[in-house]
Amino acid sequence: MAFDEMSGDGGGVRESYRGLARWLEDAPEGLLQARSRQAELFFRRMGVTFAVYGDADSSERLIPFDVVPRIIGATEWAGLEKGLIQRVSAINAFLSDVYGAQECLKAGVVPAELILTNPQYAPEMQGRRPPRDIWVQIAGVDLVRTGEDGFYVLEDNCRTPSGVSYMLENREMMMRLFPDLFADYPVRPVETYADMLLASLRACAPEAAGSDPTIVVLTPGPFNSAYYEHSFLADKLGVELVEGRDLFVDDGKVFMRTTQGRQQVDVVYRRIDDAYLDPLTFRPDSTLGVPGLMTAYEAGTVTLANAVGTGVADDKAVYTYMPEIIRFFTGEEPILNNVPTWRCREPEALKHVLANLGDLVVKEVGGSGGYGMLVGPASTKAEIESFRKKLINDPDDFIAQPTLALSTAPTLDKGELHGRHVDLRPFVLSSPDGVKVAPGGLTRVALKPGSLVVNSSQGGGTKDTWVLDV
Amino acid sequence: MLSRTADSLYWTGRYIERADFLARILEATIRLAAIPTRGDGDAETVWASALASAGAPKALGRAPTEKSVREYLAFSPENPSSITACLTRARTNARSVRTALTVELWEAINGAWNGLSEQGQPTRRDDFGHFLEWVKTQTLSFEGAASRTMLRNDGYYFLRLGAAIERADNTARLLDVKYHLLLPEGERVGGQLDYFQWTTLLREVSALTAYRWVYRDSVKPWLVADLLVLNRQMPRSLASCQASIVRYLEKLASDYGRRGPAQRIAADRMRAFDNSRIETIFQSGLHEYIQSFLSENGRLGQAITEQYLS
Repeated sequence: MAFDEMSGDGGGVRESYRGLARWLEDAPEGLLQARSRQAELFFRRMGVTFAVYGDADSSERLIPFDVVPRIIGATEWAGLEKGLIQRVSAINAFLSDVYGAQECLKAGVVPAELILTNPQYAPEMQGRRPPRDIWVQIAGVDLVRTGEDGFYVLEDNCRTPSGVSYMLENREMMMRLFPDLFADYPVRPVETYADMLLASLRACAPEAAGSDPTIVVLTPGPFNSAYYEHSFLADKLGVELVEGRDLFVDDGKVFMRTTQGRQQVDVVYRRIDDAYLDPLTFRPDSTLGVPGLMTAYEAGTVTLANAVGTGVADDKAVYTYMPEIIRFFTGEEPILNNVPTWRCREPEALKHVLANLGDLVVKEVGGSGGYGMLVGPASTKAEIESFRKKLINDPDDFIAQPTLALSTAPTLDKGELHGRHVDLRPFVLSSPDGVKVAPGGLTRVALKPGSLVVNSSQGGGTKDTWVLDV
Repeated sequence: MLSRTADSLYWTGRYIERADFLARILEATIRLAAIPTRGDGDAETVWASALASAGAPKALGRAPTEKSVREYLAFSPENPSSITACLTRARTNARSVRTALTVELWEAINGAWNGLSEQGQPTRRDDFGHFLEWVKTQTLSFEGAASRTMLRNDGYYFLRLGAAIERADNTARLLDVKYHLLLPEGERVGGQLDYFQWTTLLREVSALTAYRWVYRDSVKPWLVADLLVLNRQMPRSLASCQASIVRYLEKLASDYGRRGPAQRIAADRMRAFDNSRIETIFQSGLHEYIQSFLSENGRLGQAITEQYLS
């Protein structure tokens, strides 16, 4: 049995869930279902949707929302917060070093060729400093849990992590649907996220921008799966939501086209991958980017959040070195665990992985979104065998991890509560003023019984995440 | 404000206005087609004129039928200006500038789009009639949300500007079609059918009662034209639309502290209205007058695009 967020290892309701348990006992039958339907109607009316690629019938879908919150006690959270701050601080220091003096490569903390030949490594950034030397302004770190104290980092999303709009919208929805429940619970507010983010982005602006920098959110456009979130964030920040074609570069500076002529832009919170940012430097066929943006970036007249080249820190092969990276840059022991990982590039590890394929999770080092991975215990013989061929052909491209017994949380399924596996993505903001964690996060839940895949593109849903004050 | 945002707002305004106008044309045409007339091909003529009013006289070849015109103007995905296409495009435009809209306005537009699939594509006349009613309700809820909730700043002005330009275009084309296409051969100008057609045209723009209040007279072509061209109390008249265009352009100029070609063209045209009398317009030809109005309206649209939207 997996650890359950509500009942732990089966020894009664855990403290943080007691109020909810009492409330559920008193709730009339059918209440949760009714609230659940209300939530769906409301989300649809608001257009809180995401697009699914290659799905012609319904180009816009709702991510299923589960009305039972996931609750994290104050002490648990304090530990997580400390661990996250440590980890993201180390990642910033690591990136600054990789694109600077490369001390960690010289010291052999991470194999140099793993970094320098990594597809995510951006040679354009070598020897350069982004404004204020902050690299990962926004990180969304994926955590899973296997026991009372067993939190593991699954992925450090350091490029363009998404999902924060769901953290905020889910809370809105819960407060609307269950006001009485909030009256009993000291839930820390997440609504401050927009202010935190704005302050953080401002502090990262180039010095020349002065005290009132112009900030924009750069989106690939309405056809992107996370477009709703982009527009939501721009709205909450009170800044323009721009597409590549709204910006242009002149004399080493970035401008946007407005009804009153050009206006200089100081900070670009970009939700576009590195490869598409600037057709003159990266993919020449990109129509999403801004020609010449890198010239301005290199001249230091504009801040990109996140910086270019951060993918080298959340690459799955580099991930395996994160404990060493944390020790090297902070001089401390890592607070949050890495999932034990076999690097298939190492012959011994590969041998072990091939012999145990049926029990392991194997991931492509550059993959994301739950694609290109093998979940051994949930796969057929044929799937395992076809994956074995890919693995033998290209071992460098893969890592393997044990199948973790992810914790479950009570989730509504056809009117009844059942434990379903969950993960947690807190959002971590970095600026010259320090590293801060929003008190909440996105809890994703695998809605299918027994499933471990929480990705929204593959049938996952979301829950509101409550961090308690006491 | 981003030029692209202004452009999307402008087109959102235009598309919603166009959807409303198409619903009205279709309603009126169903009514017109129901009057018994002498010739055989008259129903087709009526439906052909609906296409012409919508600005697509040749879209369906020689002999458009009721079914083909209804389908084309209301639902066709091939027609970029069908009602369905207009509501979809309005929503696409609005979605790309959500941050510039109030929640209420977005919900009105998104609600109309969500409603399209619930409405389906009814073929029976009565169901089709309900569909058209529904379309008009959507545009009313859009108008209400815009006027009750939006800040009076550039975003609002661009939205309204698009609607006013579109509305002027629609009124002009409607008048022109009545004047030239509708009356079948052998029917007398001023005869029974002619009278019925003018009445329907007024009804189409919700102005039959207004007409009676303003003129206290039976329906006469030059008075209808006066109402729809020069009357400043009538919100759809060309003069009223022009006044709205001038008003919104002046607001923009004063907020931005700068006037440009769009303001100058609009003001010149307004002066021309102020000096016009319907008798003079009729003497030199209503059709010619309207054709020149349409081309100037297009020129103004172009000037607005160049000055603000690109």
